[in-house]
Amino acid sequence: MTEHVATNETILVVGGGISGMTAALEAAETGKNVVLVEKNPALGGRTSQLYRYFPKMCHPVCGLEINLRRLKSNPRVRVLTLAEVTGIDGVAGDYTATVKVSPRYVNANCTACGDCARAVELEVDDPFNYNLGKHKAAYLPNAMAYPQRYVLDPAIIGTPDADKAKAACKYGAIDLDMQEETIQVRAGAVIWATGWKPYDAAKIQPYGYGRFKNVITSVEFERLADVHGPTGGKILRPSDGKEAKNVAFIQCAGSRDENHLRHCSRFCCMASLKQTHYVRENYPQDGKSTIYYIDIRAIDRFEDFYQKVRDDASVTFIKSKVARISEDKDGNPVVWGVNTEGYKRYSTPHDLVVLAVGMEPSVKGMDIPGHIVADSSGFIEADPANGAVFGAGCATNALDVNRAVQSATAAALRAIQVVNKVAKAEA
Amino acid sequence: MSANTAMATKYRNSFLKEVEEQVEMGDWVKMCMQCGVCAGSCPVNFQSAWEHPPQEIFMMIRAGKREEVLTSPSMWNCTSCYNCIVRCPRKLPITHIMHGLAEYAHRLGIAPKMQPTRFFSGLFWKNATKTGRVNELKLSMGLYFKDGFGAGVKEGMKMKDVALGLIKAKRLNPMELLGGHKCKDQKGIQAMLKKAYEIERSRKAAKMAG
Ligand SMILES: Cc1cc2nc3c(=O)[nH]c(=O)nc-3n(C[C@H](O)[C@H](O)[C@H](O)COP(=O)(O)OP(=O)(O)OC[C@H]3O[C@@H](n4cnc5c(N)ncnc54)[C@H](O)[C@@H]3O)c2cc1C
Ligand code: SF4
Ligand code: SF4
Repeated sequence: MTEHVATNETILVVGGGISGMTAALEAAETGKNVVLVEKNPALGGRTSQLYRYFPKMCHPVCGLEINLRRLKSNPRVRVLTLAEVTGIDGVAGDYTATVKVSPRYVNANCTACGDCARAVELEVDDPFNYNLGKHKAAYLPNAMAYPQRYVLDPAIIGTPDADKAKAACKYGAIDLDMQEETIQVRAGAVIWATGWKPYDAAKIQPYGYGRFKNVITSVEFERLADVHGPTGGKILRPSDGKEAKNVAFIQCAGSRDENHLRHCSRFCCMASLKQTHYVRENYPQDGKSTIYYIDIRAIDRFEDFYQKVRDDASVTFIKSKVARISEDKDGNPVVWGVNTEGYKRYSTPHDLVVLAVGMEPSVKGMDIPGHIVADSSGFIEADPANGAVFGAGCATNALDVNRAVQSATAAALRAIQVVNKVAKAEA
Repeated sequence: MSANTAMATKYRNSFLKEVEEQVEMGDWVKMCMQCGVCAGSCPVNFQSAWEHPPQEIFMMIRAGKREEVLTSPSMWNCTSCYNCIVRCPRKLPITHIMHGLAEYAHRLGIAPKMQPTRFFSGLFWKNATKTGRVNELKLSMGLYFKDGFGAGVKEGMKMKDVALGLIKAKRLNPMELLGGHKCKDQKGIQAMLKKAYEIERSRKAAKMAG
């Protein structure tokens, strides 16, 4: 890896979600050299953790697969996984990034046969499933992971489990001596596509996330619906594994709130509308969804999608931001509030409550090298002061996949202009 | 012309504007986005039920429902628990607005006379300012007899055991009924109150005129 030569005509893309992949590919397909740095062991970001995605309700596999195919056939993109950018020095047209690469303990010989996983005993939290389940300490990050290569969790290094894994591998792919490396990457322009993270729901104290098992977040609900998720795609509630047929969705959980996130996260209305489909699919006879909302923001062409859900008899809309949640003796979460249409009080039990949590930029609170200009929510702004560091995707705003990709293409174009200038100056 | 008619005429077209200018913290009302968190967080609203919870009051103000709002007993139910202020996503000082509205309705002379909170506030004020000390016995008796002699006796009998307990524990002195304890400088306290009334009157007059 270290031998990879990057010059000031290279474009560095930080973050390998849908935005980072798009930006990297767009730039590479115009002939630029790109280094794509992803801190997880696989590309895809949070899009790969969705069960289906709106508006067409296709599996994220489709969208990602096309990009992966483009990636595999393009030698101009160098992908570094388990790699994090820790610092950037320099000026537009001439940056040097410091990248910390963590050991994977598995080399390129891996065929993803899975023998190591079968040999290992220790199970660790599975972040791909938002820790709802556990996986073996030798694991493939997810079914469609790119690169298709296993990873050893550092927890087993130095234990008999590590030796078992090594012994089980027929291809000599396990290298227990791999060390953390710090490398320097030169680049003329940088695209910052580090995406987003769900707002910490435990901070919304009256909703009891963390105190009540059957209050979960929307990202966790995606995993419950997914066949590759912890329940094999059955929507079962965490407290007792009971079928969750009566599901409440609480909008603006942490968004549009001066006490939490000031901005509208923009995609969460659509996410909940989408997730009502999961409930109906799981329980076609008696599945019921209730959406508690302030106002539904199904932006522009998503209005159709919204109207269809409106027409669905299994879905009820209640115009009210839930004030608090309690738990009854059977472990049912009870939502309390006042319905704005008529100002009637309610306290309604459900099997499961899904908090449509807001989107916070990953860059918030992070030490972005090079003094990036950000708005009051921490999203990167387009500002000349940023030099040739360009934000893309959810690092710049709360966006759905479609808009994230548009933003990434725009960022790629800006980065290309910079390295073109560098190339001309050097010619 | 009564204060109420004067104000109603002055703000003929906009009750919202009237609230913004006349009610303490009233300029926050327009910030409400009708989410309902305050109404749902109000413990009183879930107990005895407000006629109009804060969220609804804010909407009624914007809808120009002047009479209904100002004569409503709702805002008098507020116990200042501050739950709503803590949770409001728009950071409206709801508790203060409720008290501001109650005070304004009182100032205009159209607040519901026998609403218990309002009645008790008046009683308390009179009781405390008379001697500079609160006479608890007279205060509670005053409240019991609010709805007439019969109701007062009934209410008093209900609380009889509590009263006897308090007397035993020396927390209540039956002799207080005969006059009660006072603070030392009776003249001083009355002069102070007189000055305070004057300041308050001139401020309010300026506000109503302004
Ligand atoms: C419940 C839910 C449902 C949704 N459903 C839909 C849907 O149906 N349709 C739709 O269009 N959108 C949906 N979205 C929105 C969608 O998830 C986002 O638009 C999309 O993930 C944005 O991609 P991104 O690449 O900008 O960010 P991300 O997916 O967050 O990718 C960022 C990548 O950067 C990496 N990274 C972060 N920091 C660093 C660092 N310092 N160094 C290196 N790498 C780093 C991360 O590991 C990650 O891989 C949904 C969101 C939620 C929460
Ligand atoms: S998209 Fe909907 S749920 Fe999300 S913050 Fe905006 S209004 Fe609230
Ligand atoms: S909580 Fe705040 S924004 Fe919501 S209805 Fe009450 S006053 Fe309005």
